Amino acid sequence: MLARTFSRVRPRASAPATDAAVKIAVRELTVHYGSTLALDDIALDVPAHRVTALIGPSGCGKSTFLRCLNRMNDHLPGARVGGQVTIDGDPVYDPAVDPVALRKRVGMVFQKSNPFPKSIFDNVAFGPRIHGERDPVRLREIVERTLHQAALWDEVRDRLDRSALELSGGQQQRLCIARALAVGPEVLLMDEPASALDPIATAKIEELIHELKAAYTIVIVTHNMQQAARVSDLTAYFYLGRLIEVGPTERLFTNPDRPETEDYITGRFG
Amino acid sequence: MTGNYRSRRRVERLMFAATGAATGVTLGVLLLLLGYVAYQGVGALSWHFFTRLPAPVGEAGGGMANAIVGSGKLLLTAAVVGIPVGFLGGVYLVEYGRGTLAFAIRYAADVLNGVPSIVIGIVAYALLVRPLGHFSTLAGGVALGLMMIPVALRATEEFLRLVPDTLREAALALGAPRWITIVRVVIPAAMRGIITGLLLSLARVAGETAPLLFTALNNRFWSPGWSEPTASLPVMIFTYAIAPYEDWHRQAWAAGLVLLALVLGANVLARIVMRSGSMRMA
Repeated sequence: MLARTFSRVRPRASAPATDAAVKIAVRELTVHYGSTLALDDIALDVPAHRVTALIGPSGCGKSTFLRCLNRMNDHLPGARVGGQVTIDGDPVYDPAVDPVALRKRVGMVFQKSNPFPKSIFDNVAFGPRIHGERDPVRLREIVERTLHQAALWDEVRDRLDRSALELSGGQQQRLCIARALAVGPEVLLMDEPASALDPIATAKIEELIHELKAAYTIVIVTHNMQQAARVSDLTAYFYLGRLIEVGPTERLFTNPDRPETEDYITGRFG
Repeated sequence: MTGNYRSRRRVERLMFAATGAATGVTLGVLLLLLGYVAYQGVGALSWHFFTRLPAPVGEAGGGMANAIVGSGKLLLTAAVVGIPVGFLGGVYLVEYGRGTLAFAIRYAADVLNGVPSIVIGIVAYALLVRPLGHFSTLAGGVALGLMMIPVALRATEEFLRLVPDTLREAALALGAPRWITIVRVVIPAAMRGIITGLLLSLARVAGETAPLLFTALNNRFWSPGWSEPTASLPVMIFTYAIAPYEDWHRQAWAAGLVLLALVLGANVLARIVMRSGSMRMA
């Protein structure tokens, strides 16, 4: 419904051809860093229970866009956000919205794995604890379930009390995914989650993304176009702060509407 | 080509010698100082030195038990004043401080760090000794505490800055409010370094004499509480060293040795704290 309205007002970005309900609707989103325009009038619908990939050259605004969805840009001095973002119809940029409640619904995994210098258990239990879960049995349950979900349980089950920093890079990243899931989010934002990992660890993360989309709506930023093609249902191409084209991944990679998109995915520029 | 190489070799050797010599002088001065104080002081060190009060003028023997305890009480007071202010100030600067206010605080801390210690003593005298009407451990400790603030603040700030922003982001992205992020993630990650810095700031004021001269004054007897004048190792050293008695001079050396050992001990302890366990931060 929203998608149709949108394509009528703004025909230059194609509406996502997917039958899934819209989870996140973005309209007229503009971000300034100081006097620099980082995102210019973005409109995009993110479908529920699908993987949406954001691609584009460095500095094109895709990470900025991702960080708008859980208001992480609030913490950057000089960042100004305009326009509307809604999740299930709830406004994200409303003075009445508590960023804490929002980030409970919208989890995030970063490019560089960033486990806390705490034990594996305490890393995963951090989110539930700060949101008020005190019961050790429940905590244990959450930790075990999310570590399973992140396909890490078998590797760490015997050393939950060891420091998370002892894990390998790929394991740390999966731990960060488990940590994000432990809060019980509906949306998972991933900012180049595999860019620092070797191919085997990358394959594990990608497999994980496939499994997670049944339960979560995933938005992933990636520099790796093969990765976007492999994991995503929908791909959005950003360039110089603008959303050039968005469409079903297969269509976008085989038959893009816009010549700029074609240039980028065929490697003709950059 | 060859000539060029030869001249580069010459410069290289010259620089190596110069830097090596400078290192040698630094180390030499430290070793000379430690060695000489130890040589002079060790003779007067005895069980009595640690357990007895100073002997009456003209009598040999006696110790500096009151000065050792006095220094301990002064440092405790200084820690109570200096650590909370320095620590919380450092947290503020890193986590909240922006713009002019942060600049002003940092600048004020640097200026305070450069204020001659005798001036700090005068301030404590005017603020505490005069209104209360007597010299006291409290006044001396507050003077030392004021001196600690900039050092503790800068140390806290420095180590908090080492905590990568990715850790703060991780906590915020999990829905942690700012203060929980600071208390549960940032400070624990930097704790080891902060403790080290605070220990060093304590060691730094342990040897201060000037701020104590007219705040804690001195005392040849036990100082029972916090509102009486007290003896302290630095002031005892000063008093004994300028006195005309041979025996007092020996005791001043011994006190110097004890003070040095104290400061050195704090430094070593700080290193141990720093090394033990993993200080790795993602």
